Amino acid sequence: MRDVAILGTGMTKFGELWDRSFREIGIEAGFQALVDGKLSSHDLGALYLGNMASGAFLEQEHIAPLILDYAGLAGHHLPAIRVEAGGASGALALHEGYLAVASGAYDFVVVGGAEKMTDVSDTEASRIVDATADTEWELVFGATLPSLWAMVARKHMHEYGTLREDLAALPAHDHLMASKNPLAHFRNKVSVDQVVNSGMVADPLGLLDCSPLSDGAAAVLLGPMESARKYTDTPIRIAASQIACDTMALHHRRDLTTLDSTVFAAKRAFSQARRKPADIQVAEIDDAYSIAGLVALEDLGFVAKGEAGAAMRDGRFFGKGTTMINASGGLKAQGRPFGAVGVAQVVELVRQLRGEAKDRQVSGAQVGLAHNVGGTGATSAVTILERAN
Amino acid sequence: MAIARFWRETPRRYNLGGSRCLVCQSVYFPPRTVCPTCSTHRQSIGKMEPLQLSGDGEVVSYTVVHEAAIGFEMQVPYVLALVRTTEGPLLTGQVVNVVPDEMRVGLKVRATFRKLREEGPAGVIHYGYKFAPREEAEAGPRAGREAEPAPAHSPDVSRARA
Repeated sequence: MRDVAILGTGMTKFGELWDRSFREIGIEAGFQALVDGKLSSHDLGALYLGNMASGAFLEQEHIAPLILDYAGLAGHHLPAIRVEAGGASGALALHEGYLAVASGAYDFVVVGGAEKMTDVSDTEASRIVDATADTEWELVFGATLPSLWAMVARKHMHEYGTLREDLAALPAHDHLMASKNPLAHFRNKVSVDQVVNSGMVADPLGLLDCSPLSDGAAAVLLGPMESARKYTDTPIRIAASQIACDTMALHHRRDLTTLDSTVFAAKRAFSQARRKPADIQVAEIDDAYSIAGLVALEDLGFVAKGEAGAAMRDGRFFGKGTTMINASGGLKAQGRPFGAVGVAQVVELVRQLRGEAKDRQVSGAQVGLAHNVGGTGATSAVTILERAN
Repeated sequence: MAIARFWRETPRRYNLGGSRCLVCQSVYFPPRTVCPTCSTHRQSIGKMEPLQLSGDGEVVSYTVVHEAAIGFEMQVPYVLALVRTTEGPLLTGQVVNVVPDEMRVGLKVRATFRKLREEGPAGVIHYGYKFAPREEAEAGPRAGREAEPAPAHSPDVSRARA
């Protein structure tokens, strides 16, 4: 296996993009990545596209060749491959693209992630995303994604004394960071009090604990590290790309407040990269729901189990400690176009590691980590990136 | 949801039919064909025998749902819980006959046979288990072991309360 570098990035605005189609946003992000990496599309080997539910959202399946076609590349007859893993679809597409380049099967691939969620009503969109949990044994009884995470939150509070305000601290941080991110879905600041007092979705989680339904696309261009400097002055090396899975239903987990999929993906990723949590300066963690972000910090190894609440209280990951989380605004405020999330996290890390993140730049960032979850944790992906000096 | 898709699960949803691995004695709900606990999984194939749960259990975690799933809008706010059954498996289900403020971790509950939802005014009605505080549940129709066998094709609507 050879080293793989990220040579270029692209990302659309996230949000309710009423005037833009799935094709448009997919192509915009992909071409940005190609142009940023100064690669001729003639040299492209394959396209990988992370997408959760285009069939349910748009009545359109078979979207990988669709994007390839509208990018003007149908005549190149490249392989175009869609990857699905609920909210982790983007990270899994990245993993597939990484393996393809690392193995030598292709030299250059574009990995995109895209989701168009606002062409259906909010209730319909919620039904579609809830299906990333177990339809037959969770949803049939009235469960929703936020209600399942709410039960994780209740258990965490019961077991470890985590406070309602500890949960609320993360969305407040995310909104603050997103206010500095022109591509973010939400750019308004919110206070901890506003989160605590937001309309109840599933007790104890309120509306502001939950990430939005967004439209958006992101893309990266991957190539072999050995020739990366022909394309960019600041290649970013993929030091680790790991996936792990677990039971589909929350009620079958070993422990309700631990995502073993994240624990295993993180262990494998830190081992592959020969790194430890303290080496990470920037981390994009999956905080689809506030509690998910707290549990992620524990499962990734940044804090011990049960200590995420205290870490929120003292702002350890909001710029005071060695690791800064969700400089982009996270899923909560940058937005959550499901299949695009895992790729967008990596786009943010690349911009941070290159020193191009402007107002939200984390100074001296050399190593970054992205963490992306599908459902309530049946799939987790952990990616570690390093600036190649 | 197609009728067959719900109907084929009635033994599980009405009567809490699970399974037990004859090799390691682990109990599962819903039933499994392969035991995830046995170190040599293949050993368990063909040795998973049916086992009906009693329906008795204890609340491990819960939430009060205010933004309902489609088909559950008329039930908000409803209590959803994770219930640890006495046989071992953890189940997701609603808790009824309880005021949300009185919900607590550790509450003893029993499965009860209820209407889950209707697919619109002319659609299929789904039945299955919910949970009720144990003393409350004793008065009502029971899901799980000791229950009268529920008719698979024409459930008795008069007995079902949402």
